[in-house]
Amino acid sequence: MGQPNSPKKESAQSGKTERQGSRLVRLKVNGRVREGYVEPRKLLVDFIREDLELTGTHIGCEHGSCGACTVFFNGRPLRSCLLLAVQADGAEIVTIEGIAKDGELNPIQAAFSEHHGLQCGFCTPGMIISAMDLLAQNPNPTETEIREAMSGHLCRCTGYEGILRSILAAAGRFGGERESVT
Amino acid sequence: MDAYGDDGKILAGGQSLVPLLNMRLARPAQLIDMNMCDELAYARETDGYLAIGAMTRQRDVEISPLVIQSCPVLSEALHRVGYLQTRYRGTIGGSLAHADPSAEIPTALTCLEGTLKVTSARGERLCTAKEFFLSYLTTSLEPDELLVEVLIPKSDMREGWAFLELSRRHSDFAIVGVACTLSLGESDGKIKRARISLGGVGPIPFCPEQAVSCLLGEKPSDLLFREAGRIASEEAEPDSDYHASAEYRREMVGVLVRRGLEKAMMRVKEKLSDGTA
Repeated sequence: MGQPNSPKKESAQSGKTERQGSRLVRLKVNGRVREGYVEPRKLLVDFIREDLELTGTHIGCEHGSCGACTVFFNGRPLRSCLLLAVQADGAEIVTIEGIAKDGELNPIQAAFSEHHGLQCGFCTPGMIISAMDLLAQNPNPTETEIREAMSGHLCRCTGYEGILRSILAAAGRFGGERESVT
Repeated sequence: MDAYGDDGKILAGGQSLVPLLNMRLARPAQLIDMNMCDELAYARETDGYLAIGAMTRQRDVEISPLVIQSCPVLSEALHRVGYLQTRYRGTIGGSLAHADPSAEIPTALTCLEGTLKVTSARGERLCTAKEFFLSYLTTSLEPDELLVEVLIPKSDMREGWAFLELSRRHSDFAIVGVACTLSLGESDGKIKRARISLGGVGPIPFCPEQAVSCLLGEKPSDLLFREAGRIASEEAEPDSDYHASAEYRREMVGVLVRRGLEKAMMRVKEKLSDGTA
């Protein structure tokens, strides 16, 4: 049921998969094939930031509470601090850097910008990823549904009302009728 | 698993284990990653039982039409597990094997009288929730054993049910959680069967047996449900912690058991009036 747990192993067949205790990880990130040797113990979020140099994904609590490190992992928004980099071998990942298309903000990004959905911006990458998932599953969510879906994300600026308004506004753009957000 | 013994640790969804690794509270020498094991991800019917593979993602079980129809308490309980983003990865088996006393899945499984299927090179065994959960974060799993499936008897069509939880925010750990089911005799309208299980009030999910027996054979009423709540709160022996005192938990057991039974009764009535029962 649902999606398969893991993608196909691609790298194991080709060439060396281990080097000085590190393992080869090959994955697709934002549409591009990337690879690197990682220690088995390394977290996916550290691999994304340090090895792939995509620092848009933030590390907050490092134990799954804050949601700042959320990325799309085979289509589902997951906490990259609760995954090991080696588990991403063969996976398809989309980070915040892969959301805008041709320099044009995604409608959710635009709504966050327009409706003060961010203050310091630390939680924003995770918020945007989960908001995209929410609106893909449920294009016209109620306020309660938004609060519930976003409850796994902390905003230490406490800017939750702005985030809520942004998602409602983006839902309007997605679904047709734009809701009043005053 | 045979080879690694105590040094090896099964990694399921990792939504409980990886935080422990990150905080260096767990330091297993070897992790055995089960995430390639698609064969253990399923929910299907097998003669009167709902069988769920240990590696089935919590979110997949939560929204499975089969689960919603045949074990609605479980679906409702899952809705309260972690966050949507952790339910996408977290598994049924992982949560059960982790055995957090305030977790929702163990509470629901205990109420539903589920069976856990455990396997090893030595063979297979089935255990009840009582045999499986031993204490805080402790199960009867041996180092060479793997939890592979849970079997839950399908819910009776006439049965009412509820899963309620008190927590500070949606998704937080339960201060007290209650799962209950209620069914009435067809001819006399008296309570024929009742099941109650409580989470967050002790080292393992707790079944208040005296509260259940005070319900059996009685006509359902608000007064009766209040009495069952009172008895349950006397039976429960919660501890105090950082989130709530023992007294507060005890008080909340009474409230939640009463409300759970009221909600279950409401569902029995709905089923009777819309003819699904």
